[in-house]
Amino acid sequence: MSGSRPERSATMNRLHELRRSVVNHFVTGLAILSTVVVLVPLVAIVGYLIYKGASSLNLAFFTHVPAPVGQPGGGMANAIVGSGVILGLASLIGVPVGIFAGVYLAEYGQGTHLGNMVRFTADVLNGVPSIVMGIAAYSLIVAKQQHFSGFAGGVALAIMMVPTITRTTEEMLATVPHAIREAALGLGIPKWRTVLSISLRTASAGIITGCMLAFARVAGETAPLLFTAFGNQFWSFDLNQPIAALPLQIYVYAVSPYDEWHRLAWAGALVLIAMIMGAVTLVRIFSNRGALQGGH
Amino acid sequence: MIEPGLVKIPEITVPQEGSGPVPEAHVATEPSAIRMFLQQRSAGRWADSAFGGLMLLCALSIFVIVLLIIFVLVANSRLSIHQFGWKFFKGDQWDPVSGDFGALPFIFGTVLSSILAVIIAVPLSLCVAIFLLDICPRPLRAPIAFLTELLAAIPSVVYGLWALFILVPIIRDQAGPVLEKYLGWTGFFIEPNFGVGMLTASIILAIMIFPVISSISRDVMKAVPIHQREAALALGATRWEMLRMSVLRNSRLGIIGAVILGLGRALGETMAVTMVIGNHPDISKNLFAPGYTLASVIANEFSEATGDLYLSALIEIGLALFLVTIVVNAIARLLVWAVTRGESARHA
Repeated sequence: MSGSRPERSATMNRLHELRRSVVNHFVTGLAILSTVVVLVPLVAIVGYLIYKGASSLNLAFFTHVPAPVGQPGGGMANAIVGSGVILGLASLIGVPVGIFAGVYLAEYGQGTHLGNMVRFTADVLNGVPSIVMGIAAYSLIVAKQQHFSGFAGGVALAIMMVPTITRTTEEMLATVPHAIREAALGLGIPKWRTVLSISLRTASAGIITGCMLAFARVAGETAPLLFTAFGNQFWSFDLNQPIAALPLQIYVYAVSPYDEWHRLAWAGALVLIAMIMGAVTLVRIFSNRGALQGGH
Repeated sequence: MIEPGLVKIPEITVPQEGSGPVPEAHVATEPSAIRMFLQQRSAGRWADSAFGGLMLLCALSIFVIVLLIIFVLVANSRLSIHQFGWKFFKGDQWDPVSGDFGALPFIFGTVLSSILAVIIAVPLSLCVAIFLLDICPRPLRAPIAFLTELLAAIPSVVYGLWALFILVPIIRDQAGPVLEKYLGWTGFFIEPNFGVGMLTASIILAIMIFPVISSISRDVMKAVPIHQREAALALGATRWEMLRMSVLRNSRLGIIGAVILGLGRALGETMAVTMVIGNHPDISKNLFAPGYTLASVIANEFSEATGDLYLSALIEIGLALFLVTIVVNAIARLLVWAVTRGESARHA
């Protein structure tokens, strides 16, 4: 250094050191400050949600259907059940397709062009806005049938689940040691048995985690249901009819002008969050017990 | 357990080199009993190809989904595409009554709110990523990372609910007057301020895309080899100098990818934005003014759209949104892959 630059005086050197140290501490402080700034809205959202939601929550919320406008009381029992029905249908379609596609990527298409293309498409599909899925399901199913239906909502959510599950399944299978597979193949077990009984079983904890995360993600989706499931003020389990869903009901109540409905929207949001967090926490406990850990 | 004496190990005769002609290939003419048993039990070849075919079918279904979405959107927006052509994206009139549709106000609203959100979220996300990687004491690391990822698990509609009842009054009564007083001269903050508008939407979007940007940029920063950090520190660099020289510089492509991924998320975000942006097709640089985005116009008007042209115009907006987010996401994925070599593209 001293060769190319003129000699610095001792004071200059000390000033230089001081500047470096100040910048270093400044950046450290900035990082800590921004973390605090980011945690504030999180705490504010969750805290206010619990405060407002818990004060509006009662037994009627879980047992009654929505009351007509102007009448106090009422609940979202039909929306909770409706959400369950739609999510059940979505999982029924999305989970097998997602897992099998992941198996293909990890066990068959590793390193092939087709495999890379599928992987890339899945990643891109993951970023497609949920409202577009809603329009697609509308155009494919609702427009043909001429009426809104829970089935269309389930399909829209299923499409959203597939890419997430595919990618986690693939990543979990990639962590299964090759030696185990080779041992099975060496015993003369055909490949399909090896995949089912060795690879998938070894990675099962991680794959279940992936499925639950995908489930939690679509459980709160509103946009794809707006013009597929559409919502319903009454009890209905018919997949061929409009069906109520918790996120939809929260949206409708939140943008309404009635205080009573706002109260119910907060309660609904609390229940929805509790369900999603419950799923995520369960997954964490579950995945920590398995041989191969999932999650983040 | 098989006792050692029961299994006869066949003697293997290794042909001696140079000792006359090699005998005819005499390798395992008779499959072993175990193998025959296993092959009988699980009809090997047939089941194998059927299983592989099923897996392939499911993998191909992802292509089919994308193609089907494109086909259905194009087919259903044919009417509007024929009627307006490229003018659709240049016209600033949105008048369902007279049948005049132009998407410019929505494009403007989407782009402005997303870019503002990215501007707010990026510095914060990078700071948090650096904090979690290098500064945070180890016992606090996992809980804080978990909390920031919790933000990603909150549904959009709940963000909207919170924004509508907490953020909107704050912007209207507390932050708004201050911004107007000190920054009113810029023309970005002009009364009247109802609380709902571009600014509120951008803030809630920033909160929503923060976990995406933060967690992916943390991954790409982690992917920087430890030697790079050690080398910088060994040369006497302070922590910031080390981060700047070896970590940030090496992972800049991946960080750009993370930011673009966040942008893609912001472009398509629907519910929270619809609830607080004011839903009025205006083009104005005033951030207090209400706006409208591509996604929110679909959410608001789709189920009450009357007439085929109206519906097909809305579907064309959906098609535009789909194509834009596909391109944005593809670019972002390629950038993140280039850095992490596809190891950690699970998030988002």
